[in-house]
Amino acid sequence: MSNEATLHSHHEVTHGAAAHDHGNGHDEHHHEDSFISKYVFSMDHKMIAKQFLITGIIWAIVGAGFSVLFRLQLAFPDSTFPFLESILGHWAKGGRITPEAYYALVTMHGTILVFFVLTAGLSGTFSNLLIPLQVGARDMASPFMNMLSYWFFFMASVVMTCSLFVQTGPASGGWTSYPPLSALGDASIGSKIGMDLWLTSMALFVVSQLLGGLNYISTILNMRTKGMSMTKLPLTIWSFFFTAILGVLSFPVLLSGFILLLFDRHAGTSFYLSELFVAGKALSNEGGSAILYQHLFWFLGHPEVYIIILPAMGMVSEVLAINSRKPIFGYLAMIGSLFAIAILAFLVWAHHMFVTGLNPFLGAFFVLLTLLIAVPSAIKVFNWLTTIWKGSIRFTPGALFSIGFVSTFISGGLTGIWLGNSSIDIHLHDTYFVIAHFHIVMGVSAFFGMFAGIYHWFPKLYGRYLNGTLGYIHFWITLVGAYCIFWPMHYEGMAGMPRRYYDYSNWESFKQFAELNKFISIVVFIVFATQLLFVFNFFYSIFKGRKLTTTNPWDATTLEWTTPIHPGHGNWPGEIPEVHRWAYDYSKDGKDFIPQTVPLGPDETAH
Amino acid sequence: MSGFLAVLVVVLIFIVIFQIAKASEYVSILKGEKKARQQNNRINGFLLIAFLVLGLIGVYYCNELLKGKILGEAASEQGDSIDNMIMWTLVITGVVFVITQILLFWFAFKYQEKEGQAAFYFPHNNKLEVIWTVIPAIALTILVAIGLRHWFAITSEAPKDAMVVEITGKQFNWLIRYPGKDGQLGSKFFKNINDATNPVGQDWDDNLNKDDFMATEMHLVVGKPVKLIIGSRDVVHDVGLSHFRLKMDAVPGIPTTLWFTPKFTTTQMKDKTGNPDFVYEISCDQMCGAGHYSMKANIVVESQQEFDAWVAKQKSQYGLAHEAQGSGAPAQPVAPAKDSTQKAVAAL
Repeated sequence: MSNEATLHSHHEVTHGAAAHDHGNGHDEHHHEDSFISKYVFSMDHKMIAKQFLITGIIWAIVGAGFSVLFRLQLAFPDSTFPFLESILGHWAKGGRITPEAYYALVTMHGTILVFFVLTAGLSGTFSNLLIPLQVGARDMASPFMNMLSYWFFFMASVVMTCSLFVQTGPASGGWTSYPPLSALGDASIGSKIGMDLWLTSMALFVVSQLLGGLNYISTILNMRTKGMSMTKLPLTIWSFFFTAILGVLSFPVLLSGFILLLFDRHAGTSFYLSELFVAGKALSNEGGSAILYQHLFWFLGHPEVYIIILPAMGMVSEVLAINSRKPIFGYLAMIGSLFAIAILAFLVWAHHMFVTGLNPFLGAFFVLLTLLIAVPSAIKVFNWLTTIWKGSIRFTPGALFSIGFVSTFISGGLTGIWLGNSSIDIHLHDTYFVIAHFHIVMGVSAFFGMFAGIYHWFPKLYGRYLNGTLGYIHFWITLVGAYCIFWPMHYEGMAGMPRRYYDYSNWESFKQFAELNKFISIVVFIVFATQLLFVFNFFYSIFKGRKLTTTNPWDATTLEWTTPIHPGHGNWPGEIPEVHRWAYDYSKDGKDFIPQTVPLGPDETAH
Repeated sequence: MSGFLAVLVVVLIFIVIFQIAKASEYVSILKGEKKARQQNNRINGFLLIAFLVLGLIGVYYCNELLKGKILGEAASEQGDSIDNMIMWTLVITGVVFVITQILLFWFAFKYQEKEGQAAFYFPHNNKLEVIWTVIPAIALTILVAIGLRHWFAITSEAPKDAMVVEITGKQFNWLIRYPGKDGQLGSKFFKNINDATNPVGQDWDDNLNKDDFMATEMHLVVGKPVKLIIGSRDVVHDVGLSHFRLKMDAVPGIPTTLWFTPKFTTTQMKDKTGNPDFVYEISCDQMCGAGHYSMKANIVVESQQEFDAWVAKQKSQYGLAHEAQGSGAPAQPVAPAKDSTQKAVAAL
């Protein structure tokens, strides 16, 4: 669909916006907008972005809250906390979390954070918000599919929430849900109805991702405004573009893996099952391969980590450039490295499987390809460093979170070079080293990218600022806390301390870390409380934050800041602006910034 | 009550922080946006550089605190090559870590917005970009080359004289089987499994099974290569050998193998670690259910004489099973045997 066509289909709306919204900064209330169509079944990409964001925030509180509960167990394995019994009931009889509950918490923490928060909440929010605004479109290619994308995510959320309350508990086989554990209700209580609900929820989630992803891709390819060639796009859009492609190509594979698992669970097939003796009897399944599931899972699972981190990279590039008052360094190299990461993302999945008995010769290729990813990643880091070099940096909360992102991306990325090398992985696989690695590089980093995005684009979302002082407190406690939590975990991993253990006190090899586990947990509690402070800031500022007085609060060049403070559905009251230059003309020719809509001067050269 | 007080304290702290934040927002409006920004820049610029310095000190301090708690010298020859690989990787990534973090925070501090200092328009520089593409590529090639050499050595075929031990995971313990005097493991089939008399499902018609014995601890001979034949009865487990720096998944239906050469006896390790309770532990490293955290078996590494004396005391599982059923009674009806063990060995 072309921009003109969308323009047409929203003619009513944009016309209304123009009529009601002449210069004043208020929400325009078109007569056709009922509460339901405006706030619930909205087809406005900006409202859908808010829906994704707020749903993501709620899930983040739940998912992180689960980690607080299981960190309580890890810190004080012998203590009892009566309040736990009042929240968890028989899952914490006598005030101590049961192993079953512990594993359910761990599993749900992973599932919620990886899929519902860092995929839907991060990429869903910002792809929706920024793609139409920054490419210069009135809305997505298909606003209806976009709405469905959110509501499928919502249904997935509902099903997952239900699974928390069933008698036998939610899925508890780890967020990866490897069969046979996840296939056999007799092997684990969490593999009963909880696992079916988990699979159903994830299937709905995959549908949501596909509807969203196809929309993002077609919007970026087809609906750019006049003059907006692909190489004039801000890096945010490039990163959302590659993210969407990764999702569209890999989520279906995950779904196929899940469907086979459902067959094994209920239809008596043996895709993943072979030669099993469970609960006192031999099963009839023969000939399946438990490893097949791991291949199918990680064929999504690895691209998934880039689905999480690429949008954060894009937003950080943008926020760093704006707040350094400098163009992003090496724009084309940044796109090239995103492209290289996207391609390599599909070719490295088996590095999660070095110790499954994988053919060592095959493993060698996965080592090579995995370490190859470090090259584009290094390019990106050096380019970010050069971007702030000789800049004139304004430390907005967004900028600080971007700097924090680069720091944690370096720290977590470098340990990827350890784990990607199979000869080190054979020692560190499934230890706390892995936990430290991926939490820093895709947990903390991605969250920092998300926070940078939220602080930076909050004015566009709500026409108000987030409270800056709370933002600074949030940033500093989170940065210091994140390092205090995850840095020492590398040492636990070096000792071979396995992940997903409920209690280490009976292990001669690992019990020396009892004090350290206590320290880590206490920091977790503080950092979690700080996130609640942010959540409070977020909701308070929606209603009471300092109001925006200008359409372009950060002096940025991109198109979203050419819309009114409270853009209506259709984004621009008049014509969509035409684009004449790239998004990074900061401090060029003595001018602080030149918006993309300004034509090139007579003797000015494009970048 | 104390819980209630704790919540109250947290809420009070929240309110205090929030009031301060609100007040400072008003102050910054009064001061004007520019002045407020300058002040925020100064404070955060200082904090960034302080974070860098304190952070690097913290990294050093953390290392001092914890380096004694990670494993000492690797207890297997394969572990030595893994430690060597870790050392190389640590040096390279450590240098990159320190340099890039210093540049990041130093640049951020140094180039904070200042009166009369404009940013430098510097969109790209091909030479620089080629340099920092090529240097990481070379460094990584070196790491891949060293890594793969170790990897192929570790995953190579076990030496001919290696002793063979079978280890089978089940929820939630390890079943260890030795081949007995003939040095060959008898065939097994999962439908023969019987927890009382036949935990791994040995086929009693196979003569190779007659002398195989089960053990609760794994005994190994120092300096002698051992080849583990790893399997699982139910879900995926993982044989984690942290002191030997190795691990391998136990997958139902698909046997895997792992071989290594223990370097120190358990007694020697007690001296080396200074821990009289030292014991080599096999941990399950793959999530396997509610008892995952307790799935443990011990390894005793000892001299050949000690090992031989231990073996002499073991009773064959065949003997135990048939004793239990009364002597002379025919073996249980046995389903057609499928020889998964020998298949695995043959495939290697």
